[in-house]
Amino acid sequence: MTVKSTARARKKAAPGVRATAKDAQPELVQLLTPEGERVEHPDFPLTVEADELRALYRDLVLVRRFDAEATSLQRQGELGLWASLLGQEAAQVGSGRAMRPGDYAFPTYREHGVAWCRDVDPLNLLGMFRGVNHGGWDPNEKNFHLYTIVIGAQTLHATGYAMGITKDGADDAVIAYFGDGASSQGDVNEAFTFASVYNSPVVFFCQNNQWAISEPTTTQTKIPLYRRASGFGFPGIRVDGNDVLACLAVTRWALEHARTGNGPVLIEAFTYRMGAHTTSDDPTRYRAADETEAWKAKDPITRLRTLLEKEGLADEEFFASIEAESEQLGLRVREGVRSMPDPDPTLIFDHVYAEPHALVDEERAEYIEYAASFEAGENH
Amino acid sequence: MAGQLSIAKALNGALRKSLESDPKTVLMGEDIGKLGGVFRITDGLQKDFGEDRVIDTPLAESGIVGTAIGLALRGYRPVVEIQFDGFVYPAFDQIVSQLAKMHARALGHVKMPVTVRIPYAGGIGAVEHHSESHEAYFAHTAGLRVVTPSNAHDAHWMLRQAIESDDPVIFLEPKRRYWDKGEVGESADLGLHDARIVRPGADATLIAYGPMVKVCLEAAAAAEEDGRRLEVVDLRSLTPVDFAALEESVKRTGRGIVVHEAPVFLGMGAELAARLTERCFYHLEAPILRVGGYYAPYPPSRVEESFLPDLDRVLDAVDRAFAY
Repeated sequence: MTVKSTARARKKAAPGVRATAKDAQPELVQLLTPEGERVEHPDFPLTVEADELRALYRDLVLVRRFDAEATSLQRQGELGLWASLLGQEAAQVGSGRAMRPGDYAFPTYREHGVAWCRDVDPLNLLGMFRGVNHGGWDPNEKNFHLYTIVIGAQTLHATGYAMGITKDGADDAVIAYFGDGASSQGDVNEAFTFASVYNSPVVFFCQNNQWAISEPTTTQTKIPLYRRASGFGFPGIRVDGNDVLACLAVTRWALEHARTGNGPVLIEAFTYRMGAHTTSDDPTRYRAADETEAWKAKDPITRLRTLLEKEGLADEEFFASIEAESEQLGLRVREGVRSMPDPDPTLIFDHVYAEPHALVDEERAEYIEYAASFEAGENH
Repeated sequence: MAGQLSIAKALNGALRKSLESDPKTVLMGEDIGKLGGVFRITDGLQKDFGEDRVIDTPLAESGIVGTAIGLALRGYRPVVEIQFDGFVYPAFDQIVSQLAKMHARALGHVKMPVTVRIPYAGGIGAVEHHSESHEAYFAHTAGLRVVTPSNAHDAHWMLRQAIESDDPVIFLEPKRRYWDKGEVGESADLGLHDARIVRPGADATLIAYGPMVKVCLEAAAAAEEDGRRLEVVDLRSLTPVDFAALEESVKRTGRGIVVHEAPVFLGMGAELAARLTERCFYHLEAPILRVGGYYAPYPPSRVEESFLPDLDRVLDAVDRAFAY
């Protein structure tokens, strides 16, 4: 079935479209075709009930709605920057829903869909993009680590955390998220090495969205990224990153593999960044519109909706209710961001250290005195 | 802990005590297991505490610090050994952008009780990258604590305090003093960030830390023959700095000379001189002077003696301070 679907993809690919042509590989795990057809894969059987499919659809739609709202808020000047996940909803929701409550996610700065699955309040994610904090949520509350901006650095934190799980004798597992660009980083390769030799329960989830800002994946690698794993001695799997069912099934398998003492797994979710790198980026300078158009045909939400409709698993009322809920979410996010207060400037000094530090204390006192001198001046 | 211990043994004892007292303490580094580290600081610890707690790591410094951060997030208290000063730079991002900033990034929700031990500074006739004094890089980064002992007692107790701290601590070990012996007391007599007057005097204050404390003590002894009573302050902590102790001393003596192996330019001495000048301006008989390495890569070992401050260079600065 997989071969069939990729053959279709090849036929559809416009000439010169790099990314679409490249995914025409028999290794790609797919359970739901772009046409909304349910297919099976011998290694990753998946039984999903109708309510689970509907729940996944709801996740995808709401995550996309949240993301669109954040982009709008940036355009309106309410956020300084936004890194859109448009196009990558299935990779994030599929992998995010594969996690158990005790599992732990280490995100980049684009994992809004994973955050959603971990039940992190979307407003928490917006603080850093508005500039009121650098993240600020308690990672241990939802087992969702802070967004990490330095490319690939979090893969080592994830691996260290996983080493701790092993020491604790626990059966939790970790997912380290990163992108195709990060695959070139030393930290990612060191994380592969550490996880491999210590047999750590960590799943390396690479969303290959084809572009690291302006650089195509061909600037990062000469072989498919999932094959990198073999050099480190653990399995690598390429999954259709726009197929939420395949991402769910493969990540579930990988997490189980990791938590049962078999060591790490690399998943390459083959997907596409439909939008710009961030709101500061202009992709028209480096990629062709027909490439983006070709990927639109593989949209992760459309194919699930097609399946739901075709199989009669959801009615108009359901779709309307999701639509209404997404509008509510947009409203809540909009109002939440607009009413997000600026922090007091003394925040600068608040959490530099966990224990008292003489210089920070001194500079805080100096700042407060300096600021107060203006207020005193106004009174005279 | 009666009797004389080398700094190396005192550090080994501190690691042993920390492993005993807190099951969450783990040691990580290259060759720290069977070998006991290239300087034998972790000698025997893997045998007694197991491979799970004294962990030989792959040769990847960023990986060591990065995974230590992850272990800290999981509730562990990692103590990392960087084999030599010049090998820490691959881990620089993990130290300054991740370890130092994680607590602030999380608005205090997570703590980073990670100690990074680094043998530093020169004087051992080593090849390149084995003799550097890079304390200013780390001290410049808010979020890190940077300390360095000069004797066996402080080596033991400061390391235990560093490991107990809930903040990341860069623990700089003066490698050429590893084999210097001293008494290790039964308890810590100072906080981790307190300076110590190691030789009282009245005419000028020598401010030093790590390997240069011994040089300054020798200089003070020599100066006494010339009738100059030099006070020697062992700074011990580079961030935070015990400015109260320094200010008290310099106001009393009227002269301050900072001595370190690191290049003078933009070194710790620059900051100490600037701040002490502000605090002690009307008490000063001379500008705060600095003695240190030159603005050059650490030289080949056959000429390192010319690079490193020694007794004569310190006394030369003392002469200059008295000439004002």
